[in-house]
Amino acid sequence: MTMATNDQFETVLFNLGPLPISQTVVTTWAVMLCLLLISWLSARRLKLEPGPWQVALEGVVGAIQDAIDAVLPQHALIVLPFVGSLWIFAVFANLIGIIPGLHGPTADLSTTSALALLVFLSVHWYGIRIHGLRRYVRHYLEPNPILLPFHIVSEISRTIALAVRLFGNIFSLEMAALLILLVAGFLVPVPVLLLHIVEALVQAYIFGMLALIYIAGGIQSLEMKQKEG
Amino acid sequence: MQDMTWFTLASTVAAAVAIALGAMFPALAMGRAIVQALDALARQPEAEKSITRTLFIGLAMIESLAIYVLVVVLIILFRNPLLQYLVK
Repeated sequence: MTMATNDQFETVLFNLGPLPISQTVVTTWAVMLCLLLISWLSARRLKLEPGPWQVALEGVVGAIQDAIDAVLPQHALIVLPFVGSLWIFAVFANLIGIIPGLHGPTADLSTTSALALLVFLSVHWYGIRIHGLRRYVRHYLEPNPILLPFHIVSEISRTIALAVRLFGNIFSLEMAALLILLVAGFLVPVPVLLLHIVEALVQAYIFGMLALIYIAGGIQSLEMKQKEG
Repeated sequence: MQDMTWFTLASTVAAAVAIALGAMFPALAMGRAIVQALDALARQPEAEKSITRTLFIGLAMIESLAIYVLVVVLIILFRNPLLQYLVK
């Protein structure tokens, strides 16, 4: 029991040379492949008078764009591809745990760490791309060079928090469903699974929103100063 | 064997107390945040979008405290690093 509940999330399916391939990797790639195929197939023949499928997809992209516009109106279109795909991937990665026999890739700390690392790098990437290297690096010395260590600590801690938050939520949901299944088998876990759907959507929203706000923070802290000065 | 019993007892009690406190205080904090957000929403219904967004972010921040406690509790229960001194 002790180890069983824990190791379930680290099952090694097969070895690729010296590299063990876990279930998480396979699920992640399957989700990515499905999303890629669906978006490629539906973006191949876009019409001016869209069918129902195209309307639905346009609704999704429109909703994402509205959400980004509300936070970062000046640079929405530059950030849209990254944050949008993060959102869509997070939703499907969180929800895939509903399917019996599968575990969500985000219930593994490795996946969420990778996503958080992407967010960490993209904050600097977008900041440098929009403001240039010198001005972007200089903003770490504002308002006073003494605050530089605090800036660095906050960058690192918020990245770790981003990873641990998503992992903790999804992992604890799957674990709760598992424990309830052990206690009471039939129909009792259904409400927990319903909660799983809600929580998966909320956590995906929050993950993308925090990524967006961090990116916006890296861009806007300079622009606020410009307006004042 | 006596040591093992005490160790199991202590870690179980510690985990239960930790998760109880770690659920209680973030719940209080989240309650306060929601109260304030509803108050602001009643005063200014037109600011709904930005209030909801900020509320969600704030709740996520508070919730992550509870999640940290959960992670620590899971470590205590399943992968306690101090256990190796005892088993050796």
